[in-house]
Parts: sequence; structure tokens; C-alpha cells
Amino acid sequence: MSQTEATEIGAPRSPRTFGSSGRSNFELYSWLFMRVSGLVLVFLVLGHLFIMNILDGGVQRINFAFVAGRWSSPFWQVWDLVMLWLAQLHGGNGLRVIINDYAERDTTRLWLKAALYASMVLILVTGTLVIFTFDPNIG
Amino acid sequence: MTETLDTPLDHAPEAGAGLQRRTVTLRIRRFNPEAGDTEPSWHDYPVEVLPTDRILDALNKIKWEQDGTLTYRRSCAHGICGSDAMRINGRNRLACKTLIKDLNMDAAITVEAIKGLPLEKDLIVDMEPFFQAYRDINPFLITESHEPTRERLQSQHDRDRFDDTTKCILCAACTTACPVFWTDGQYFGPAAIVGAHRFIFDSRDEGASQRLDILNDREGVWRCRTTFNCTEACPRGIQITQAIQEVKRALISRRV
Ligand code: SF4
Ligand code: FES
Repeated sequence: MSQTEATEIGAPRSPRTFGSSGRSNFELYSWLFMRVSGLVLVFLVLGHLFIMNILDGGVQRINFAFVAGRWSSPFWQVWDLVMLWLAQLHGGNGLRVIINDYAERDTTRLWLKAALYASMVLILVTGTLVIFTFDPNIG
Repeated sequence: MTETLDTPLDHAPEAGAGLQRRTVTLRIRRFNPEAGDTEPSWHDYPVEVLPTDRILDALNKIKWEQDGTLTYRRSCAHGICGSDAMRINGRNRLACKTLIKDLNMDAAITVEAIKGLPLEKDLIVDMEPFFQAYRDINPFLITESHEPTRERLQSQHDRDRFDDTTKCILCAACTTACPVFWTDGQYFGPAAIVGAHRFIFDSRDEGASQRLDILNDREGVWRCRTTFNCTEACPRGIQITQAIQEVKRALISRRV
């Protein structure tokens, strides 16, 4: 690394810095995660859409009792939980990458990312909460 | 200069209608800060050419006969030195490898500097950030083991592994065609990754893990969105996107 630190980049763009922030595999794992979660999501989301919209009666039969019935089984709880987290992290990471690509000013990038992370946390927390604390008797 | 260039063409046997001299218009994006320009602007230059002439010939004719202030880089004129990459009709190409007959001769042919690097004058950009990215990946043989008494031998098979990426002439057509580089000049860019690939997959080189670490950076290979602009732009026909993917794969498996 010493060679790269010794040399300096010319004026127009700020100099490239290694070492301080660079030494992490974060981008590698994020790239891998997108591939793996994408594959799993194809299966989960298409399955979800098929069950909800096409299978006996389709969307007409969905009501409170139907949802309550599904979430009484741990299988559907886990399915929905995994789908929620994967979709949220996959989409959020995708948006993070897009913000990195297109937001040129540092402050714009900061605020866009802050809004993105806040909305991700909000949705993940409320979604997870509902799946685990759902009470079929309030109806 | 013009005489010597024109003489053989004038005496060239007429090979059908294809070789009629005709006038085409070059629409060049001029910028001269020394003359007080604050913004680049487009100017039309009608120039008489043979359809088999190259854009570089047309530029030379304009510079020699119409406007000596037109500024561009060129050296070998044979697609080897990599100094005359420019954006011709919206695509990055080498002016010395682009035949006029391959473009639409009835409309104005646009010629502008490559994008994403700071414009200095007319068709000339500051290439320093581009070369710096190339230097950053340590583009030289790195070895740790004992030096052999004679040359470092390599099998044909091992050589074929990185043959494609040895063809790079550092023209910057790829990096300045990349939309990620346009918005983020810190990205290493395809050319630097091609340069790294050439050594990472060289069986004689022992610096692979060091280069992989450098390209694992936030601004390294993971910024690549497989847009394929680089592969389309490369005048040497290097499969750049594939090379970048191979580096990604090597990073994941840590095997080359
Ligand atoms: S990879 Fe191709 S386009 Fe890129 S700098 Fe090298 S020769 Fe030019
Ligand atoms: S002038 Fe050398 S590559 Fe075009």
C-alpha cells in the first residue's frame, strides 16, 4: 500500500485515499448479498403473489380471518418475516448504491441516505413487531 | 504536409462510386479558456474528404487549412498510442480508427472530448486522474520468490489466461464511457481494472492479493454495474466487463 499512498492525484478531483476507510469487505458482502437475496426473493415473492392472488379465490378471500389463520402457523410467520427482511435490505441496499452513483454532493448523499435508513428501520421494526405480536382476538 | 498526404489519394484508382470526394460537416465542440471561453460551444466545419478517410484526416485538414487553433492529441495515427480517443457521434472511438464512410455522411458528424475528465481545451482533457488510477493498481511485475537465473517461463495456457487484457493502449475510451465514472471520478474505472487483471492473472506475478485488496476498495470493482459501455467503447475489442467480473470472482474466492 505504501506505493499508492506516496503518489498524489492531480487537482480536479479530490485525492484517492486508501487505508483509513478502505480496508473492509463491506462492498464485497453487499454485492454477494444482493445476488443471494435476489434469488431467494424470486421464490418467496412469486410464491406469495401466487398464494395471495391466484390460489382458490384469489384476492377476494383475503380478510382478517384469513390473515389470522395464516399467521397462526409458524411456517407462514417465518416466510413473511424472511420476505420482509430480505426485501427491505435488498431494496434498501439497491437504493443506497443508486444514491452513491447519482448524488454528487456530499450533503445530498448524506440526507438521502439518512432518509433511506430511517424508513428502512421503521418498516423493519413495525413489520417484525406485527408478525410477532399479532393478536387474532382483537377482531 | 497536406501535399504528401493528398498525393497518393488523388492518384488512387477510382474504385466505383465509393471513392468520390465529397463534403462532410464536422460539428466540433470547441473550448478555449485562453481566448476567454467560459463554456464549450459547437462549431461546424465543412471539409472535403474521401469516404475512406478517417476522422483524424478530417481533423488534420481542418487544422491545416481552415483553423490552426483547433487542438487535439494524436501521435501514431494507427490505433497504437491511444492518444486520440474522442466522442464521435456520441460514442467513444479513436479518431484514427474511425472511417468517415462508417458514419452518416449526410448529417453533421459530432466530435467532442471524452467525458468525465476535466476539459482543458477543444478535444483535450486532463488525463492525469485516469493515469493515477492506473498507477494505483501497481501495473508492474511484483515477485517475492527467488529470481530465476534465466527468463521467467510461462506456458501458452497460462499466457492465454490474461492475453486479452494485455492489449490495452490506455486510451481512456472505456473509463470515460462509464456512467459510474461520470458521476464519481473516484471510481477506479474499467481501464485500471483491465490493467490490474493483466497482472492478477499472470502466473509469473505474485502481487495478486495486494492488487485485489486495492480493487476491493469502496471505489473498486464493486462499483461496476455491468453496463457494458466500456466493452462497447474499447477500440482494441477487449472484453472489459468480463475482465471486471473475473476480478470480482477472484475477490470472492480469493483464488486466481
Ligand atoms: S481497455 Fe480498451 S478502451 Fe480502455 S483504455 Fe484500454 S484500450 Fe482503451
Ligand atoms: S493517434 Fe495513436 S491511437 Fe490514434
